[in-house]
Amino acid sequence: MSGLHIIQYDVVVIGGGPAGMAAAVKAKELGLNVLLLDDNEYLGGILPQCIHPGFGIHYFKEELTGPEFAYRLTKRALELGVDYYTAARVLEIKNYSDIEKVVIFSSPKGAFEVWTKTIIYAAGARERHAFEIGIVGDRGAGIYTAGEAQTLMDIYGIMPGREIVIVGSGDVGLIMARRFALEGANVKAVIELMPYPGGLARNIMILKDFDIPLYLSHKVVEVKGKNRVERVKVIKVDENLNEIPGTEFWIECDTVVISAGLIPSVKLLTNIGAEIDPATGGPIVNDLFETTIPGIFAAGNTVLINDLVDYVAEQGELAAYGAKLFIENGGIPTKHWIKLRKGENVRLLIPHYLSGERDVFIYARVKRPMENVEVRFPEIGKRLRLPIVKPAEMLRLKLRKEDIAKAKDEITMEVVPL
Amino acid sequence: MTSRVYLFTCIVCPLGCTLEVEMDGDKIKEVKGYTCPKGREWAIEEVMNPKRVVMSVIKVRNGKLPTVSVKTAEPVPKAKIPELMKFLAKLEVEGPIRVGQTILEFEGIKIVATRET
Ligand code: SF4
Repeated sequence: MSGLHIIQYDVVVIGGGPAGMAAAVKAKELGLNVLLLDDNEYLGGILPQCIHPGFGIHYFKEELTGPEFAYRLTKRALELGVDYYTAARVLEIKNYSDIEKVVIFSSPKGAFEVWTKTIIYAAGARERHAFEIGIVGDRGAGIYTAGEAQTLMDIYGIMPGREIVIVGSGDVGLIMARRFALEGANVKAVIELMPYPGGLARNIMILKDFDIPLYLSHKVVEVKGKNRVERVKVIKVDENLNEIPGTEFWIECDTVVISAGLIPSVKLLTNIGAEIDPATGGPIVNDLFETTIPGIFAAGNTVLINDLVDYVAEQGELAAYGAKLFIENGGIPTKHWIKLRKGENVRLLIPHYLSGERDVFIYARVKRPMENVEVRFPEIGKRLRLPIVKPAEMLRLKLRKEDIAKAKDEITMEVVPL
Repeated sequence: MTSRVYLFTCIVCPLGCTLEVEMDGDKIKEVKGYTCPKGREWAIEEVMNPKRVVMSVIKVRNGKLPTVSVKTAEPVPKAKIPELMKFLAKLEVEGPIRVGQTILEFEGIKIVATRET
């Protein structure tokens, strides 16, 4: 097929992972004419390769594996007749006016120019690579990000290596440690820069299950091995994360798996001038996940890195609801926007603006682990006690409409040890 | 009789209490650190008979993808897991496969597909 096909929709959802699929399903249920686009060969984003459980406890009220979660959303989308293209590469977004936007994409079925009233951007995140975390040395085979290793093993059935060092103790790194150990590989160490582990408690347990050593306050600084990784150099760091001379040692291995966090993919958004929050790396959003460009919404890991897919799907639904309100009212109705502001010990906080028109869930991460704390919102006199907070576990708290209405211009969230 | 102390972070709920199980030989002497009975039960189970649901992938011929992801329909005793993994590694099945389909059984435990292929 040749030429440019021109088509028209109420909402175009970019990204077919859990955020995008939940958004597309919800938008269709709300009666909108929706198009879902994904650049992969199949829908589901990274879920089909996340074969472990821990998905869906909130969203489906049932514990599922990643592929099962994706399957349920895909099935629902197909039942509803959501239009979608896979292997669709979005080249550009244009924002002509509040209700006239264009998405240009190419796919095996040809090139398309889609005219739409709203866009939900759910492009997810990308993984940080070795060179981004200051690892130098040889570039032999055997260096993978956790996601790459997972794709090889759990989609293609190929073992990336036998003697493994994992860099980073976030959830993906720990889950890959278990996968490697289960497949009979020797996981020699998990190396974590921070003085505390990065993952959820249920994943930390994996290390115990397989007797895998965890080195806290350590970092991998160098890889040796011209053709294939042979060994890595590890060094201890002090409380300011500075390397401590004389503490270096080498670990022999044939594979290094980098699990050093995710970075929201926002390129198409920044191209059209959406404002970015430096703390999350994602766009600034209001309580319906609308970006600073009217009618362009975002959801999921594009906005902030979530630890549960359930929250990602919830954000997708909210954005869909936002798209509907936007179309009906020619914008998101509010008397005035109230700014949600980070106070003491809060590293990141979403959404950035509240309309006061509805109850909202706020998502936050603290700066450091603390026990027995009080979460305070001084402007509205709300307080909440929590026995424990950790940077690895995102806080999701509800603010009621009536409470939000008590604030004039801003609401601060702070986390104070008692 | 030797006494041993096992330490865990409870994963039953997000509170994550630190649990301590003291054993006297093969008998439980004391469980400490739990905030609710669920945590106590879990700690005892963890010491006496730890079990895990096992996830893996199996090679597929003529499927949409080269593998199908699977899980055990029920938790498997930890000691049995290496044997189960070896068994799964040797398998190759014929596509197409539906989600929820029992692919085969291992010592009476169903191996269920979690991905379409
Ligand atoms: S002991 Fe009870 S309260 Fe504590 S983490 Fe376990 S389930 Fe939660």
